Amino acid sequence: MSKFSKYKGKKPMPAISTASLPDIIFMLLFFFMVVTVLRQSDLKVRVNTPSATELTKLEEKTLVNYIYIGKPSPQYEALYGTAPQIQLGDKIKKETDIPLFIAEFLNGIPENQHNKVTTSLRVDGDVTMGIVTDVKTQLRKQNQLRVNYSTKRRSDDL
Amino acid sequence: MADIAFLLLIFFLVTTEIVEDQGVLVRLPPWSDEPPPALKLNARNVFQVLVNKNNELLVRNEPSDLKGLRDAAKNFILNPRNDPDMALSPQNAIISLKNDRGTSYETYVTVYNELLAAYNELWEEASQSKFGKPYVDLTDSEKDKVRTEIPLVLSEAEPTAFGE
Repeated sequence: MSKFSKYKGKKPMPAISTASLPDIIFMLLFFFMVVTVLRQSDLKVRVNTPSATELTKLEEKTLVNYIYIGKPSPQYEALYGTAPQIQLGDKIKKETDIPLFIAEFLNGIPENQHNKVTTSLRVDGDVTMGIVTDVKTQLRKQNQLRVNYSTKRRSDDL
Repeated sequence: MADIAFLLLIFFLVTTEIVEDQGVLVRLPPWSDEPPPALKLNARNVFQVLVNKNNELLVRNEPSDLKGLRDAAKNFILNPRNDPDMALSPQNAIISLKNDRGTSYETYVTVYNELLAAYNELWEEASQSKFGKPYVDLTDSEKDKVRTEIPLVLSEAEPTAFGE
């Protein structure tokens, strides 16, 4: 009936060419390779950082030391309980382990860049300040005074 | 070919993460074992912010909320009407922040962010009126000029042991 009816033509529809599929996938692959970095440590604590407006971007990733504070993830609750914990590297530690952790980190970078090291605190918003203050005190005792409170960007008003 | 590319793509998706490496950069004071010397400060020059374990704010002995904090701090530092109860000059202004151990981190960061924002806005205004361009475009020496005029003095007291 209709001019466009598919029963009218004799030839079947040609298959869509997939010759360009690898190109598309490679493009996606390169995109992800560029915008992401290798995961450094498996998170054992839940960290949902708060949001803020006055942000600074951390420039040199090799000079950033991460400390995570948050409640253990569900699969680690049996092991560590539900109280907020400190994660250094990929292990749950006490705040008294921080001096050693910092010494190990400083060991891996040249001495003339030691004063440029930033400690990034990735802390869950619901954690109370007690444990954060303990960590900050340890950092001050180790003379690690550049600290970044890792946050998300907030665009709306309070 | 596409299969191999897919495989690589999925491998990268699993082993990598997109980092959001940004945040509020602060400089902690050096540690000293001696208690800090008791300074005699003129009460008019101190903008005291207390945050308790219920995340409630007390700004200069008045209960307050997060919304008005930024403007209150700016007004205090600049003191455009020469209020005898506010900072003598921006150089004399001191912001003092104290929280409980039970204060939530989110509230602490928000308060800190608001106080920092007050200074950033003041620097922006000073830069616009002095040099006629935004603060980020200033040279280092011009930034220094703005910052000596309105220095950032934010002192954090040891938290009180409430709420833990």
